[in-house]
Amino acid sequence: MSSKLIRYVASLFGSFRDLVPIIVVIGFFQLVVIRQPIPNIGNILAGALLVAIGLSLFIRGLEMGLFPIGESMAYAFARKGSLTWLLLFAFALGFGTTVAEPALIAVAGKAAMIAAQAGVIDSTADAQSSYALGLRLTVAVSVGFAIVVGVYRILKGWPIQYLIIAGYCGVVIMTIFAPEEIIGIAYDSGGVTTSTITVPLVTALGVGLASSIKGRNPMIDGFGLIAFASLTPMIFVMAYGMLV
Amino acid sequence: MELLTRLISTALLTLRDVMPIFAVIFGFQIIVLRQRIPNLRKMLTGLVYVLLGLTLFLVGLEEALFPLGELMAQQLTNPEFIRGGIASASEALNWADYKWVYLFAATIGFATTIAEPALIAVAMKANSVSGGSIGVWGLRVAVGIGVAIGIALGTFRIVTGTPLHYYIIAGYLFVVVQTLFAPRIIIALAYDSGGVTTSTVTVPLVAALGWGLASTVPDRSPLIDGFGLIAFASLFPMITVMGYAQLAEWRIQRARRKHMSAGD
Repeated sequence: MSSKLIRYVASLFGSFRDLVPIIVVIGFFQLVVIRQPIPNIGNILAGALLVAIGLSLFIRGLEMGLFPIGESMAYAFARKGSLTWLLLFAFALGFGTTVAEPALIAVAGKAAMIAAQAGVIDSTADAQSSYALGLRLTVAVSVGFAIVVGVYRILKGWPIQYLIIAGYCGVVIMTIFAPEEIIGIAYDSGGVTTSTITVPLVTALGVGLASSIKGRNPMIDGFGLIAFASLTPMIFVMAYGMLV
Repeated sequence: MELLTRLISTALLTLRDVMPIFAVIFGFQIIVLRQRIPNLRKMLTGLVYVLLGLTLFLVGLEEALFPLGELMAQQLTNPEFIRGGIASASEALNWADYKWVYLFAATIGFATTIAEPALIAVAMKANSVSGGSIGVWGLRVAVGIGVAIGIALGTFRIVTGTPLHYYIIAGYLFVVVQTLFAPRIIIALAYDSGGVTTSTVTVPLVAALGWGLASTVPDRSPLIDGFGLIAFASLFPMITVMGYAQLAEWRIQRARRKHMSAGD
């Protein structure tokens, strides 16, 4: 019991260390640059303690829960040997994790405001919310598609750079034709889709698949799913901006 | 008491956000795979830890760091603060007057990246898969430097008002050329690190910075120019992570050469 406690205290300490840079930056700017006292210092310390406890719990949960789930599902699909089900699962995972992502909901709402301002859609609440919903579904489909392509790449062992470079060319070509007000949102939507729960799960899935297939190297072939999930939304969102 | 209700409501929100993920996983597990899950209890405990951890993490951030960070982003982008160093009020601000903004952008980008849980997860995985040759801290610092450069350049872009796509396309070209020379083993991980950097901690603070800057710099629209910082933060880590691997490889080769010439 006591060794468990010591381990926990050590991990808590490690999580505190992860927060030190933020505290230093905020402290420096508040005291030296803006020259204001730090307000509610008690609140801030309590909050930092919560963050550290939360982070160490999360990391413990990763090793016990999320990583093993992703890997065991990868092994189970490899044993089952059905490509259709695996790809269907990949799509469902990508779509399901993205469609309800809070960051995406926020971005889609702002995008609808921009579109209304630019006169692309009516400025009624109805038109805006249907535009935002369409955008969310577009991004979710694009992430589902990305995970399917990424999983298929792992199975085939294709080098990732050719696919990603082709994707970049797609982004550049779309940028030429897309309306200007959508470009910033499209570029940002690549980054906001991948949440804190999705990333460990998808990474474990990719690495698990690559290690269960003969001739694949988990380091070279197992990573890369997140890269696809950050790339395709840019292309799909610009396409959405052109069509709507 | 107020904290407790906040904790409970955040826990419920987190649970709602992960529901679709769990539905997909358990749906496929039960309907398609139909296998007994080994160590089911331990896994479920782990999931509870993840949810609980994420909840505490979010509440703590909202309690402590976000309000101050967002306030700071507003204060630093406030024209009155920026004018502090300038003698006459009529003089137009030029891009160099925003030096504290760039410094804040770079340091807060680095600091939030180091605390980003998704990046910690990927770094742990990369460390175990690579048999320890990719260090957890090495990767996190490399990504942090990438985000720092990205956000600083992104704020510079908002101040100067140059089009976003020039920067991004130039960055892509750089990534493509660098890929030709980078060690093969790092490429997929480097591409991944672009997407994982921008999550729970970084996005709210960076969005506040972009929004504040775009609404105070003359002739910028927050709705249009406020976007784009995340794109910068996703692009540059690819470059710095590949650079990190290239540096490591170069040092190994140099040591080997030294070793060989010493053996002669």
